[in-house]
Amino acid sequence: MLEKTGVPTPEQVKRAAPTEDRLKKGPVAVVECFQSIPCDPCQYACNQGAIKEFVDINDVPIIDHEECNGCGICISQCPGLAIFVIDATYSEDKGLVKVPHEYTPLPEKGEVVTGLDMAGNEACDAEVVKVQSAKSLDRTPVVWLAVPHDCLMKVRGFRRKGGAE
Amino acid sequence: MRCSREGVSLLRKTEIAVVGGGPAGLSAALTAVRQGANVTLVDRDPILGGQLVKQTHMFFGSKRQYAAIRGIDIPAELIAALEKEGGDRINMLLDTTVLGYYDDGSLLIEKDEQARVLYPERVIFATGAAEKMLPFPGNDLPGVYGAGAVQTLMNVYGIKPGNRVLMIGAGNIGLIVSYQLVQAGVEVAAIIEGAPKIGGYLVHASKIRRAGIPILTSHTIVEAKGAESVEGAVICKLDENWNSIPGTEQTLDVDVICLAVGLSPLTELVWQACCEQVYVPELGGYVPKRNERMQTSLPNIYVAGDVAGIEEASSAMICGKIAGLYAADDLGYSNNMEQLSAEFNRELNELRAGEAGAKIRQGLEKLSGGGRVC
Repeated sequence: MLEKTGVPTPEQVKRAAPTEDRLKKGPVAVVECFQSIPCDPCQYACNQGAIKEFVDINDVPIIDHEECNGCGICISQCPGLAIFVIDATYSEDKGLVKVPHEYTPLPEKGEVVTGLDMAGNEACDAEVVKVQSAKSLDRTPVVWLAVPHDCLMKVRGFRRKGGAE
Repeated sequence: MRCSREGVSLLRKTEIAVVGGGPAGLSAALTAVRQGANVTLVDRDPILGGQLVKQTHMFFGSKRQYAAIRGIDIPAELIAALEKEGGDRINMLLDTTVLGYYDDGSLLIEKDEQARVLYPERVIFATGAAEKMLPFPGNDLPGVYGAGAVQTLMNVYGIKPGNRVLMIGAGNIGLIVSYQLVQAGVEVAAIIEGAPKIGGYLVHASKIRRAGIPILTSHTIVEAKGAESVEGAVICKLDENWNSIPGTEQTLDVDVICLAVGLSPLTELVWQACCEQVYVPELGGYVPKRNERMQTSLPNIYVAGDVAGIEEASSAMICGKIAGLYAADDLGYSNNMEQLSAEFNRELNELRAGEAGAKIRQGLEKLSGGGRVC
């Protein structure tokens, strides 16, 4: 399915997901990279040692969610834009999805945008909580989206209301 | 091909001429000057970098080999190193086209409509690749572009190629250029791919999917519509034998059809020099035979990058280093050969080791006919 459509299967998404227990402890990275390709920057991005050292550059990354502190440094270091941070502890009814976003113009803090799922379909409304665009992110800004808890493992991008990506 | 050089002035002698200033050529030149050789780098464009100058996305590959760095940022690093470490041993000729190779090893070059002759002791051809065409009715209409051309228009010259695009080909180029089109504010109606699977990296595909662009595998173009320019495209489904399935045609409202259906090595100069070549479909067509030193059947001629077989920029850079290393070695600049050669080969083998490198490995196997090639 993934290799026909570009959309990961529910099984793949589930496999990449942190446990409920881990989600309750605070922000954590999810690595949705399912194909063996020669690429290794993520292992060097992680200061916590949560992304395990590669034996071969073609290894698929393995993340230990227990060792990940959800800092999010890896998000803008992944050339495939396949790493996200999920924070289920944001509020009673909402969690955060932190997504890499290389489209301009960037949204404003407080703006309500349309959260998109992995197939580009509308999933829910999302509030932009923060836009990180420091120079160290090297032109891959990270946008923090507040979404309902049941959308945390769905929303991976957004569209600004009024048509712009 | 034999021709007369009468009336053409001698430009200069050089130890190594590198033809093409893309990732392979820049890396070859840098390695050769580091080893101590005098190098003349020739490129027909006004800026060095080859295809890198329009690669606005982050590169994959090894962190040691510019991974997570954007392609557009790589030439500046290589050029700075060339200028700093090359000193008066590096000479860069831009806006300069190599027109031909002579039997005595010299190159006819042209700049500002003036032909000159360059006498190198060794030549490294790093001439890159050209985009393949696809036959379909209407493919000569304005609005039908190669993906590389669209990327040049957008990312080098800041020109929008159109408003709504059909991308043909879901290899890495098709996927990346589609992403960059969306970034530039151009709508991509769909990416179609004849094969039953996406050929490019799936993380690229996923990135594009979540932007809402459909990727239709087992689909092909039937025809381009339009009188003066592209006004639409008819596509259809293919069965498992690549035959069109009648009744599955649909018309897309697009003004651009973008072809990303593969590359062929730019081997004209290598042909003209009479280097032995082999047809290897996995490497993009005819490629020059070469040994593990990237040396062709003519001992003074080396190759690196896409001209030696279609791959990608990271491996092109390493092949460039290998060609530069051995061309310099051949002239007596042989510092640290064992260590450098082992390092470059290890990096190259790592890149090609996985499932993504299977096609390249297969192609190299055919090219070598069992022997060892780089």
